[in-house]
Amino acid sequence: MEYFTQQLINGVTLGAIYGLIAIGYTMVYGIIGMINFAHGEIFMIGSFVSLIAFLLLGILGVTWLPLALLIVMILAMMFTAVYGWSLERIAYRPLRGSPRLAALISAIGMSIFLQNFVQLEQGAKVKPLPPVVTGGFDLLGEGGFVVKLSYMQILIVIVTTVLLIAFSFVISHTTMGRAQRACQQDMKMAALVGINVDRTISMTFVLGASLAAVAGMMFMLYYGVIDFFIGFLAGIKAFTAAVLGGIGSLPGAVLGGMLIGLIEVFWSAYFTIEYKDVAAFSILVLVLIFRPSGLLGKPEIEKV
Amino acid sequence: MATAMGERKGIDFIGIVKEAAITAFVVFVLALPISGLRTTAEIGGLGVHARWDKVAMYMAIAFVGRIIWSLFLETRGRHRRESSESSIGKHVQKYAHFVGPALIVFAVVLPFMPFADRYILDVSIMVLTYVMLGWGLNIVVGLAGLLDLGYVAFYAVGAYSYALLALNFDLSFWVCLPMAGMFAATFGMILGFPVLRLRGDYLAIVTLGFGEMIRIILINWYSLTKGPDGLSGVPRPSFFGLPFERNPGEGVESFHGFFGIDYSSVHRIIFLYYLILILALITNAFTMRIRKLPVGRAWEALREDETACLSLGINPRNTKLTAFALGAMFGGFAGSFFATRQGFISPESFTFIESAIILMVVVLGGQGSQIGVVLAAVVIIGVPELFRELQEYRMLVFGAAMVLIMIWRPKGLLAFREPTLRLFEVKKSGLFGRKQASEAAE
Repeated sequence: MEYFTQQLINGVTLGAIYGLIAIGYTMVYGIIGMINFAHGEIFMIGSFVSLIAFLLLGILGVTWLPLALLIVMILAMMFTAVYGWSLERIAYRPLRGSPRLAALISAIGMSIFLQNFVQLEQGAKVKPLPPVVTGGFDLLGEGGFVVKLSYMQILIVIVTTVLLIAFSFVISHTTMGRAQRACQQDMKMAALVGINVDRTISMTFVLGASLAAVAGMMFMLYYGVIDFFIGFLAGIKAFTAAVLGGIGSLPGAVLGGMLIGLIEVFWSAYFTIEYKDVAAFSILVLVLIFRPSGLLGKPEIEKV
Repeated sequence: MATAMGERKGIDFIGIVKEAAITAFVVFVLALPISGLRTTAEIGGLGVHARWDKVAMYMAIAFVGRIIWSLFLETRGRHRRESSESSIGKHVQKYAHFVGPALIVFAVVLPFMPFADRYILDVSIMVLTYVMLGWGLNIVVGLAGLLDLGYVAFYAVGAYSYALLALNFDLSFWVCLPMAGMFAATFGMILGFPVLRLRGDYLAIVTLGFGEMIRIILINWYSLTKGPDGLSGVPRPSFFGLPFERNPGEGVESFHGFFGIDYSSVHRIIFLYYLILILALITNAFTMRIRKLPVGRAWEALREDETACLSLGINPRNTKLTAFALGAMFGGFAGSFFATRQGFISPESFTFIESAIILMVVVLGGQGSQIGVVLAAVVIIGVPELFRELQEYRMLVFGAAMVLIMIWRPKGLLAFREPTLRLFEVKKSGLFGRKQASEAAE
């Protein structure tokens, strides 16, 4: 039981990170109907930016932790958002309206480019960071096995929740959110009623990238080690999460992220750690076979 | 921003400079953390090392580049791109009857050309391997319109089946080759059966997942595959039982001994070259023929409109499954060739990048175009080979090129899709000039 609770806590933490990345996928897919393949790389860049920001703050002598975390988060969101914006501008906007495969290849190309760019500029070695947020609570301490709930895990879940609330507010209550939903339904019609479609799509990428940046920051703080390759696997899993939850659905992305996180953690805990990725993909296949539109997605109605 | 500029008359220099300044600023923001502040390993943790010169250099490049690009657009006009898109493809298609055989003749005589040294041959073998893979994937992506991001899985299955069969059961390459193809095809069917109901991007992501799964299994199933260490000592192929070795051992006649020529290590390379050439040509011939069979026509029909096919009584899943299995089979053949050429295989060779490269060969070639695949393989595999010295920048340039080429030609280099079958002969005189064609259509 203690072991189970511990894994549950770990799974939820990991799931929160996946969920934040998955939102970027699901929004972009919802609005322009393509897999933003480079989104995993945006996440990776986010974690690099936050690593660098952290080191700089250390040099500048900002030692009060909450302030440092806040500054790092804002910096990471800002810089990564510019990456998201440029990504759309360079690789996707010229290809809007071309065959889907062309856009996908362009996205894969961008992903390869960003990966190698970071590798060249920052070096191929893994970047370790000593734990910043330490300590935590001990729960359920009987029987020799202590369930630990670290402050870092609490922080991750709280930040994720706050961001999600803020984000759903943006989507449901602001002009920009309304424009975003309108474009998602019918881009041509939205343009006819005076919505700036280009700007809306740009903003979608900016929002997705800033959420991914936060995910990147928390990944870096949680695991304490990053390299230029973390984006690939995290990206695939987050996309899996988005599909699992029903692509285009925001709560679905979070739910999917949680499920993937839990599956991964429980599989590693009770079965074999080597095959945890296989488990995540198998679940994806099963879901797609029995419920192709995902858990919370609307079934696609086909028009002839 | 750029479109607004195009509407103005004359060249708006202030606007261009402003544009360039904005670009430079964006580059500054992009480069500041990642390029400007390099994290370095120091005693007691990481340190940060500022490199302003690099950021300044990137900004200068962006500024100047943007100005040149704007001037180029102003002078050239923006609307030429669309019209020229398919014309090259159309011309090549017209001369396909000459281009194809000419290329084959060139490929056949290549090893005897004076400039064809060992290096050229090695690169050619690489290119041909990708041509074959491209043609195999073309069945799936180009003809059947199924987006497969995990093609490398079948390549891996082929390579490992040959290596394992040859190492454990001592079977020859020629026995293993069809078996490897069969294994890969079976694999394709097993993987394809549950997921082929899915459409487009879902299929893409599931196949990507499968590709990764195969690789993870190859890494972790140590007792069978030796995991990350890989399988070494995979037997080299022999020329109808004549090995390409200087001293093949007691009682075994070697290739050079049999033909009474001096031993040369290049013989094996030439043999491998012809082997992959023949395999690739078989793939091509097979594809060209099967396109004309009902199943081939059904693939193309499915690609265009699945709903219409359903109403015509085509079973989409079985039809897709055949495409998937056949594509996988050729992937398997190419895989066993890869194993015998390298003599060593490990899961490292079968990463996602490989799938992306093969897919890019197909898409860049113009999906469904067989000659396009050849051209694309030469461009993608051959050209980077020339820049071997710039090893570390290779993948960077490769990624950027993928994006730029797709923007430049979203439909591929040779994008021209001639319908395989026409109901009516299209006449130049327009709507009323249509005449019923009996069997004229190919």
